[in-house]
Amino acid sequence: MFKGWNVGLIIFTYILVILGTLNVRSGLVSSVHSFAQSNIGWFFLGFLGFMILFSLYWIVVRYDQLRSKNQIDSFLSREAAFMLNNVLFLLIAAVTLFFTYLPVMSELVTGQRMTVGASFFEKFNGPLFAALLVLMGIAPLTMWYRTSIRWLRRMTFGPLVAATLAVVILFILDVRNWLALLGFWIVTFSLILTIFEFIRPGYKRVRNKGESPFKAVSGFITQNRRRYGGYIIHLGVLVMAFGIISTELYQQETQIRLTRGNSVPLGEFSMVFNGVERYPGPDDLEITEASVDVFKDGEFVRTLNPRTELYTRTQQPMTIPGVRSTFTEDFYVIMINWEGTSADAATFRIYVNPLINWVWAGAFIFLAGTLVAAWPDPAEDKIVAAERSRRRIAISGATGD
Amino acid sequence: MIPSRIMYHALRFTTYVLFGIVFLFLFSPAAAQESGRAVTDDEVNAIAKELYCPICESTPLDVCPTQACKDWREVIRTKLAEGQTEAEIKAYFELQYGARALAEPPQSGFSLSAWIMPIVLVIAVLFGFIYYMRSIRTPQSPQASGVDESGTLVQDPQIQPEPDQDDYVARIERELRDI
Repeated sequence: MFKGWNVGLIIFTYILVILGTLNVRSGLVSSVHSFAQSNIGWFFLGFLGFMILFSLYWIVVRYDQLRSKNQIDSFLSREAAFMLNNVLFLLIAAVTLFFTYLPVMSELVTGQRMTVGASFFEKFNGPLFAALLVLMGIAPLTMWYRTSIRWLRRMTFGPLVAATLAVVILFILDVRNWLALLGFWIVTFSLILTIFEFIRPGYKRVRNKGESPFKAVSGFITQNRRRYGGYIIHLGVLVMAFGIISTELYQQETQIRLTRGNSVPLGEFSMVFNGVERYPGPDDLEITEASVDVFKDGEFVRTLNPRTELYTRTQQPMTIPGVRSTFTEDFYVIMINWEGTSADAATFRIYVNPLINWVWAGAFIFLAGTLVAAWPDPAEDKIVAAERSRRRIAISGATGD
Repeated sequence: MIPSRIMYHALRFTTYVLFGIVFLFLFSPAAAQESGRAVTDDEVNAIAKELYCPICESTPLDVCPTQACKDWREVIRTKLAEGQTEAEIKAYFELQYGARALAEPPQSGFSLSAWIMPIVLVIAVLFGFIYYMRSIRTPQSPQASGVDESGTLVQDPQIQPEPDQDDYVARIERELRDI
């Protein structure tokens, strides 16, 4: 039933990629990539128009093959869950697109360009992403055609209780931001449901076939790569969600001017400014490098060297941060200003980003899931080859060749 | 000769007025300015984060490295030292540089569309989704059933085996049998 949807989404995604390139290359929407602005924008506009027409042509030509029997038995079915998933993704894309073009539209209507900041995107897309995360957990439980409420209730009761308990523990541990608690509740709920998708069949194989847990898990993943690749992708997204919620809501930052030997506290950390050294780098680089000692809970952790690099010929400055990165948090320091040897003082901006590396870890899990799902499956190839051969015989039989 | 009772009331009144003047002076914005209250970079950045550089598009004021933005951050610092509130400072920037200086569009005029349109869009699409799903929903067919993709038959009385309906379903059924 999703043949048309799949083709439509693939075309839409590709057109959006071209549109995004057009935006930044033409200067229509200002972005960090605007440095690449050039006359090539017109080429992209032409190409975008061509791609839209080309895609529409083939959709019309192949309409009979793309058309499928769009029927569902129940709102509580896997078909409906897939459909809602598509709708949520499209809504997020539409809201993002609307906010991206709003400055341009406001300039056309009022003559003044308005700004739509990052926080505004988050305000509207946040709830849609939350809905997507809930769906990500529940959708695998739904069955084709129809799922009974009783079955869903039975399968979600345990994870609901466990997620609620996790949030209560976080509350006891002094997490009082209701948005964070809600976010962690949703992510934990979906995470438990997704993990159960691995535990349930794995346990059955261990019990029925006497396999080792590792062999059982790898066995059913190999047998159905696309499905379990998809679940691994879900795991990656949920791990990323943990990182994003933590960093968005619990990031600590400060900006301060320090003289040599002075320190600044930030959360569990403190930082002591040791001094600045200026020296020539390769080519025309002039490097101004600070030395700061980082302490956590009063214990020395390491020395960082945030620096600025100035390309003297072009007078192009670059800021290189000092970063102490762990799985639980990043300590990140930028030297904003150095007042010269006479003052022996510098201004620093410091961030503590909790669980930021979870976003990276989630991205790698996501990538692993994609590889598992997309890896060629010889058994499937055989099925497809047999199907093709069957159709060829049927066609040649019908035409009398 | 002023009666002592009137003298007493006059003195009490004068004391109250003096206390009032001292109180007002201590807590007035001018007092904050003259007291030389040091405004921290963090206080400045907390407001600068909510404002956008009117020159470099899409760059929040707190991270913009240009000289103009440094000057604007100093304006925020001065205004904070004068005792102005965050709302007053934002209003000042909006008046000076227009709505584009604000990170969030104001809730008036054309900018109101930024607040209303996404909500209208979400509601319209969800209603459309429900309408579409209802339109493609089949009548309660007796053969309607749930099929657990994992190949494990779920012991639910509502679930029956499902005959093939199209190529796609047939393929799923075939793959399930192969597991």
